[in-house]
Amino acid sequence: MDFYGFEPTSRLFLGTAQYPSPAVLGEAIRASGVDIVTVSLRRESGAARAGQGFWELIRSLGVRVLPNTAGCHSVREAVTTAEMAREVFETDWIKLEVIGEDDTLQPDVFGLVEAARILTDSGFKVFPYTTEDLVVAERLLQAGCEVLMPWGAPIGSGRGLNNVFALRAMRAHFPDVPLVVDAGIGLPSHAAAAMELGYDAVLLNTAVARAGDPAKMAAAFAQAVAAGRAARQADPMEPRDMAEPSTPVIGRAVLGDA
Amino acid sequence: MTVGIELNGEPVSTEAATLADLLEEKGYNGAVVATALNGTFLPKGLRAATPLSDGDAVEVVAPMQGG
Repeated sequence: MDFYGFEPTSRLFLGTAQYPSPAVLGEAIRASGVDIVTVSLRRESGAARAGQGFWELIRSLGVRVLPNTAGCHSVREAVTTAEMAREVFETDWIKLEVIGEDDTLQPDVFGLVEAARILTDSGFKVFPYTTEDLVVAERLLQAGCEVLMPWGAPIGSGRGLNNVFALRAMRAHFPDVPLVVDAGIGLPSHAAAAMELGYDAVLLNTAVARAGDPAKMAAAFAQAVAAGRAARQADPMEPRDMAEPSTPVIGRAVLGDA
Repeated sequence: MTVGIELNGEPVSTEAATLADLLEEKGYNGAVVATALNGTFLPKGLRAATPLSDGDAVEVVAPMQGG
């Protein structure tokens, strides 16, 4: 399963925000072995020029960037931000966020679908940050999206997969659409669980950036994602309610009264 | 002629005739930035041909950390 024709070697996508320092960010990206990192756009001061150094660092790491529209609450803001991102980052990829509610950072799915249509019509390859709602997902595909990124839990919450039932249903309903769990992952076990459900990738940021040792945590996530993907490919057993002996019963020595 | 505009939300007065001149005047020379004028994306190639008027809102953004 590729992402608009790009097949990454790692199924972990990593955010670049909230690290203690640029050096630690660089270490974490290298330790994770990721091919894709998310980036953003913010106001630049002509005096400080803070963004220039950050961009130099990212370019030196040789990774592909997925710019986001984080913080946008309207279709117009998101579309304008995407257009600016396409020029600055020289990519038509955009992680589309249209935020509808500030406590949960839940997507405004109505604005999301509208913005996705405008952007795909003008040549963007849209990675929509969405909920696990199947009808919204259908609308996003109709709008031209070829990847879907449902949340695991609210951004930055670290709660893992809040709605496993719905994520499983989404995987079953869209067997041929690349699906990425984006947001809410707190631990490598959450990431492994997403991959075991058959998701094609996991996107996270805070869980690595806010760990005591981001580089070590980045490597742990890379292993978890690889393990979860391998497990899915290996076709896991079905759980059952009652025990069944794994050691053969036949041939057991008779050693006294039962 | 001096015009009063907003640059990234801050009121500034400038002698710059165009958006390209404004970027040069405010220290963005050679920087990797994108621009918007009054909420609409303004491509790099159009900056030199875009005059500034009183009350214009200019946004100048650059790559930044993101999740």
